[in-house]
Amino acid sequence: MNFLSLYILILVLMMMGLFLSKSRKQIQIIMITGASFLLLLSGALTYLYLTERAAGNTAEMLFRADSVWYTPFNIHYSVGVDGISVAMLMLSSIIVFTGVLVSWKIDPMPKEFFLWFCLLAIGVFGFFISIDLFTMFMYYEVALIPMYLLIGVWGTGKKEYSAMKLTLMLMGGSALLLVGILGIYFTTGGSTMNILELSKLKVPLEMQRYFFPLTFMGFGVLGALFPFHTWSPDGHSSAPTAVSMLHAGVLMKLGGYGCFRVAMFLMPEAAHEMAWIFLILTGISVVYGAFGAIHQTDLKYINAYSSVSHCGLVLFALLMMNQTATTGAILQMVSHGLITALFFALIGMIYGRTHTRDIRLMGGLMKVIPFLGVSYVIAGMASLGLPGLSGFVAEMTVFVGSFQYADTFHRILTIGACASIVITTVYILRVVGKVIFGPMQDKHHETLTDAVMYERIPVIVLTAAIFGIGMFPGWISSMIGDSVLPLISQFIR
Amino acid sequence: MQYTLLILALPLLSFAVLGLVDAKWKPKVAGTIGTTILGIITILSYFAAWQYFTQYKVDGVYQKVIAFDYEWLRFNDLLHINLGILLDPISVMMMIVITTVSFMVNLYSLGYMKGEKGFQRYYAFLSLFAFSMLGLVMATNIFQMYIFWELVGVSSYLLIGFYYTRPAAVAAAKKAFIVTRFADLFFLIGILLLSYFTKTFDFGILTSSNANVFAEATSKTFMGFSMLSWAMALIFIGGAGKSAMFPLHIWLPDAMEGPTPVSALIHAATMVVAGVFLVARLFPVYVVFTPEVLHGIAYVGAFTALFSAIIACVQTDIKRVLAFSTISQIGFMMVGLGVSGYGGHEGVGYMSSMFHLFTHAFFKSLLFLGAGSVIHAVHSNEMKDMGGLRKYMPITNWTFLIACLAIAGIPPFSGFFSKDEILSASYSFSPAMGGIMTFIAGLTAFYMFRLYYNIFWGKEFKPATQSENYHGHGNTPHESPFSMSSALVFLGAVTCVAGLIPFGHFITSDGVPYDIHINLTVASVSIIVALVGIIIATYLYRKENEIPEKLAKTFDGFYKAASHRFYIDEVYLFSTKKIIFNNIARPIAWFDRHVIDGTMNGIASSTQWVAVKIKGFQSGQIQQYAYVFLLGTLLVAALVIFLI
Amino acid sequence: MGDILTNFFTGTVPIEAYLGLSLIMFFCGVYGFLTRKNMLMILISVELMLNAADINFAVFNRYLYPGQLEGFYFSLFTIAIAACETAVAIAIIINIYRNLKSVEVDNLNQMKE
Repeated sequence: MNFLSLYILILVLMMMGLFLSKSRKQIQIIMITGASFLLLLSGALTYLYLTERAAGNTAEMLFRADSVWYTPFNIHYSVGVDGISVAMLMLSSIIVFTGVLVSWKIDPMPKEFFLWFCLLAIGVFGFFISIDLFTMFMYYEVALIPMYLLIGVWGTGKKEYSAMKLTLMLMGGSALLLVGILGIYFTTGGSTMNILELSKLKVPLEMQRYFFPLTFMGFGVLGALFPFHTWSPDGHSSAPTAVSMLHAGVLMKLGGYGCFRVAMFLMPEAAHEMAWIFLILTGISVVYGAFGAIHQTDLKYINAYSSVSHCGLVLFALLMMNQTATTGAILQMVSHGLITALFFALIGMIYGRTHTRDIRLMGGLMKVIPFLGVSYVIAGMASLGLPGLSGFVAEMTVFVGSFQYADTFHRILTIGACASIVITTVYILRVVGKVIFGPMQDKHHETLTDAVMYERIPVIVLTAAIFGIGMFPGWISSMIGDSVLPLISQFIR
Repeated sequence: MQYTLLILALPLLSFAVLGLVDAKWKPKVAGTIGTTILGIITILSYFAAWQYFTQYKVDGVYQKVIAFDYEWLRFNDLLHINLGILLDPISVMMMIVITTVSFMVNLYSLGYMKGEKGFQRYYAFLSLFAFSMLGLVMATNIFQMYIFWELVGVSSYLLIGFYYTRPAAVAAAKKAFIVTRFADLFFLIGILLLSYFTKTFDFGILTSSNANVFAEATSKTFMGFSMLSWAMALIFIGGAGKSAMFPLHIWLPDAMEGPTPVSALIHAATMVVAGVFLVARLFPVYVVFTPEVLHGIAYVGAFTALFSAIIACVQTDIKRVLAFSTISQIGFMMVGLGVSGYGGHEGVGYMSSMFHLFTHAFFKSLLFLGAGSVIHAVHSNEMKDMGGLRKYMPITNWTFLIACLAIAGIPPFSGFFSKDEILSASYSFSPAMGGIMTFIAGLTAFYMFRLYYNIFWGKEFKPATQSENYHGHGNTPHESPFSMSSALVFLGAVTCVAGLIPFGHFITSDGVPYDIHINLTVASVSIIVALVGIIIATYLYRKENEIPEKLAKTFDGFYKAASHRFYIDEVYLFSTKKIIFNNIARPIAWFDRHVIDGTMNGIASSTQWVAVKIKGFQSGQIQQYAYVFLLGTLLVAALVIFLI
Repeated sequence: MGDILTNFFTGTVPIEAYLGLSLIMFFCGVYGFLTRKNMLMILISVELMLNAADINFAVFNRYLYPGQLEGFYFSLFTIAIAACETAVAIAIIINIYRNLKSVEVDNLNQMKE
């Protein structure tokens, strides 16, 4: 058996264990063990991948496995990874691990919560290891559905509305996507669903013109492409903490990853032709999301709009279609995943203490909960692109890559995107200055207690990852860059 | 010279350790560790300087030495960020300035910050600042400089906002960070533009004056200027932000909300001269390829110097006076660079600017530390709460006087030598520029002595009553503890002798040493002007009298405008709050909630409306269904029979 | 009409007569099903329709495939099914009556909301 399938197997075993578990204690043990295994597996995978590459294996995908599961349409369960998926798997397992710890005391119905949580994780991991178009799509759907219940049952605020909105919009996206995928399948002759083989068969250009926008928008909805981003603020603000983390941290990355792996990779000519439309849209996303965040007063809304802005940057960089920018886009996915997960975790912990997320009702929290306060400042600094933290590496790679186009159109957009870092600074500092620093706003907050052990671990893990990438970006950047090269060579012709 | 890596590594280590243990160690331990480490790297950097200036001169030219180099991040085959250590005359000079002043400030803070909550954090931040500032000056390439540039910005943010429970401090920190970040955006775009055309970040290549490197950048033009001019102008805007040049100076006076030693270190001696350093670092590019930008820098510098000198004359908060004086002095440095040529005596402006940077760092930090000592004693920043303190604080008085004489440009104190060189460079650029700069020098002398007399002379001291209380109680002002006064004395001694250093032997625009000659005409004019300034200040402020108030009444409008800092802050506030926040962010938020979200909700509710309408068909009554079914069947049957 | 009467008296009944009967029975059932509100009456109407179908089975077998027995078997089968169905339906009706004290279909809208 291929060891990539272990990702799915571990999660299935976790779900079986959860079925049998009797008490909260057992559930916690099962979840933390499983999540640790996933983390170890990702570590091992990264190591094996790098040694394999160092040994000179130049195959596009490593650790391949393939078996047919539906012959009439040639649908395979086909797995394999390259540097991009390794990075994404690493990110996902970190966030699943921290998500488990963050929802350590989830109430009510911990068993059911974690069952859906595991199903969601299956979808995410399955998506990143698949290289069969249909299997990929199936896992994509598997990742979307649990979201509805997780938000609708365990959420806060107007959760039913948000859950419904999120699910419907994402389902709408996946309907477009399905049309796109079927289009790709049938216009290439209907012989294979394997992405690597599909990329060698050409989709005819006039067909690409129809199916590229469909596929790109389908994934773009999940990647918070303007104007299909409105599920994000409501969804994130209603979701329980761990789900927000997983959603903003990993699920939104499915969109970017899919846009690149499927839409642009398989239909490069149309991507070239239509890039300008989507560049404008993503450019708007970047600036618009940042401005949107300035005006919000709910911590989660601020972060959700900030996600719109940062995920916009991912798609923006992908559409620049050169190696540096694309590497930057993938780095930005990883970096934003970590940062936003850290943000949501901290917001969840702060909310659990103050019972409000309104920044006008909080202040001076640094004094009573210094650990969370310092972590929040670090997250903020990472988000605004401070050197030494992961955001800087990703953003600079994106900007340097995007700047390689000399024409006025790309220049203006790039400078606009650069300007977003200033706007990011404004809203981050506004929150930090208001909530973390400043005088105490509420007398009741003076008795708050700082983070306990199971809360500290996820924060430390995420912060360490952010620092790790920020301080030593060389290896991950070259790992991604090398894998981007064969894909990007599709465009440069 | 690999050991110079330690100069960077030790403060970082100290930051990490102090930051992680935070309150678990006693304040004294943390303070000692921080100060000791700074002491070690000060010694190391003196040693490095000695080694550099004695051993790395080849054919009479100081060489650029790459002591350490590590590829940190590769963008593509040509562009990659390296982290390294570049030693050349200006970076070595900066290294000495930074480590010395940092060490003094660390020492001074042992006394000044005693008993403050977060003492350990304070030392951690000081170490972070020392690390990032040293990384900035030692950068081997422009992107490394940008990295440390940002780190410097954040450590400044953290230190200004050190008293994080005070809204004013938080607001000031935020303002400083956002304004400098805004300027950094231009810096970044400048870097991107420059690197796009030159295909490199490396200072070694950029400053080699090799025309091939810039061939593409100079040949392409945009709106009448070459791309290179644009890039260099944008990079200068970045520098202007950090160095508080008009109109990006607004953050610096507010930054005085931080603890006073921090103001001395960051907002007087080191960080704010980063912009000057940046221009100096890229000086060969400016002077050879884009002289028009360089002249622009000179004009911006001169205007800023004049503008802030005028404001400094009417401020009443002693730290703000010093802040505006800093802005003004940085303007001098910029002018020095801006009027300079390249090589030999042409490059005197460059040399003088660096010289002024060097001397200014010492006397300005001395002034700030002295002001800190005064504030420590009287628990107030306002001039009205002071006066006649010379009896209570003799050491502070004498050292402050030395610093004032230095900044006013009275020989033999250090400021005279450096300022004089700038003035003579300005005269050789154009007489008008020289005249203006001399006038500003006179103004400097005037406002510094206004400050001096107001603190130490003037009316007799009355214990402050309603003023803001920083450090508990105590009514009679008294001399500061040893750790504080020793720093003052050391810096005072340096200020007395620093001017005698033959600076031209070490730092010149092209690395070839030459001898400084004092231009006697310029020197005598500047001394006379300075003396006039001092005499006017003595006449107005030495004894308490009514002339200043009368003068303020006479020039009422101007006085008001100047004391409101010419309403620049209000303009900013208006454009950010009213225009950006209200007219951009708010409509966007509204647009998002109502138009985009409204469309989505509209689709949902129209679906719902249709559903409600057709729901009636689904009555649930079998008989009705059967009836419709039957009719349908009959209809189909009829159609089949009659149509086919 | 004349033919039918002749045949009636001579003892050979034509297929149309049986089909006519079953048609009438079926539409009686349909009419009852659509108009009656009492569940028992509806049930009876359904049975009527089923029996009409049974007749058709027997008749078509007798006239179209004489000598084969599938049609008869089918009608037997249908009768058995109808019996079971009636049993279940009556059980449900009795339960409904116990709960609602009524077997009028118009009153049965509790599961709709």
